Amino acid sequence: MAIEPQNLQSSSMTTKPERLWPYLVIGIVLGIVFTRAEVVSWFRIQEMFRFQAFHMYGIIGSAVAVGAIGIQVIKRMGLRSMTHHPLELPTESFKAPGSQYWLGGIAFGLGWGLLGACPGPIYVLFGNGVTVMAAAFASALAGVWTYGALRHRLPHS
Amino acid sequence: MMSFLTQPWPWYVAGPAIGLTVPLVYLYAGRKWGISSTFRDVCAATIPSGLDYFDYSWRHLGGWRLTMAAGLMIGGFVAALTGPGDVAISEATRADLGGLGINDFAGVVPSELFSWSALATVPGFVLIVVGGFLVGFGTRYANGCTSGHAISGLSALRVTSLVAVIGFFIGGLVSTHLLLPMLLGGGM
Repeated sequence: MAIEPQNLQSSSMTTKPERLWPYLVIGIVLGIVFTRAEVVSWFRIQEMFRFQAFHMYGIIGSAVAVGAIGIQVIKRMGLRSMTHHPLELPTESFKAPGSQYWLGGIAFGLGWGLLGACPGPIYVLFGNGVTVMAAAFASALAGVWTYGALRHRLPHS
Repeated sequence: MMSFLTQPWPWYVAGPAIGLTVPLVYLYAGRKWGISSTFRDVCAATIPSGLDYFDYSWRHLGGWRLTMAAGLMIGGFVAALTGPGDVAISEATRADLGGLGINDFAGVVPSELFSWSALATVPGFVLIVVGGFLVGFGTRYANGCTSGHAISGLSALRVTSLVAVIGFFIGGLVSTHLLLPMLLGGGM
């Protein structure tokens, strides 16, 4: 007996619309956390790269620990998303030498050490009133555009 | 309660809160949490220039993270209302930065280097414009930033993310210990 395509998808399988307001809430909470924990501070990034305090290492380390436990719970319990969209769990495996990750990572690190802000804090600092971060944002866009223009000539493997 | 609003939050409050974002965003709509892709979305929306890298539906794929970025700005604005005073960095860092000629520790970033007027000076230009360019270029070349690789990627135990994070630290150490002393005229 032929099964109509729509019958293959039971009501529990169909995806539900993804609302955007939860992401606004997550952004607001993270903006407050980043500011209050001083993650957005150029001074804190300097302290981190000089190994003079545990603060940033504690934040990154405990964030990874909580994130890893969360992902393991999701995987082992076979949890699905509320909207029934498939989980975009990263699956790419590392193949040596992996120049994309080395060279891209070092370029990003050089910028992080100078600017003292990664992409999230660029947004948060602008909200904090450090409006010159708009110039850093525009320059970051120029960097992204340059990558988009050159990427077929850059080593990736 | 008031002291919690005005004092710096400890790492064991901030770190788990940031880490919890990863499973929450998965459990809502399956998204892999990351922020730097918003830069690509903005390029795709404004200056795609016919490049294949920007030829995708940024509204469909990036709407969620662009909304989150708007939230980050609002959250930053709200948090700044209760005013962070001096950032509580260690005495050793204050001494090192003092040796580089940075003496104003009021506020979240050094005002001598991060202002519109500083943009016209060589150190201000290099820190803000060159630094911003490298952050943007590097994050797309490595396919992730601190959120996508260091938090989401390491949480998923990816070797690619570990390599990228080691790269972040190599670059950051070079900037901190070689480039900054050259730029600010102290130290070397």
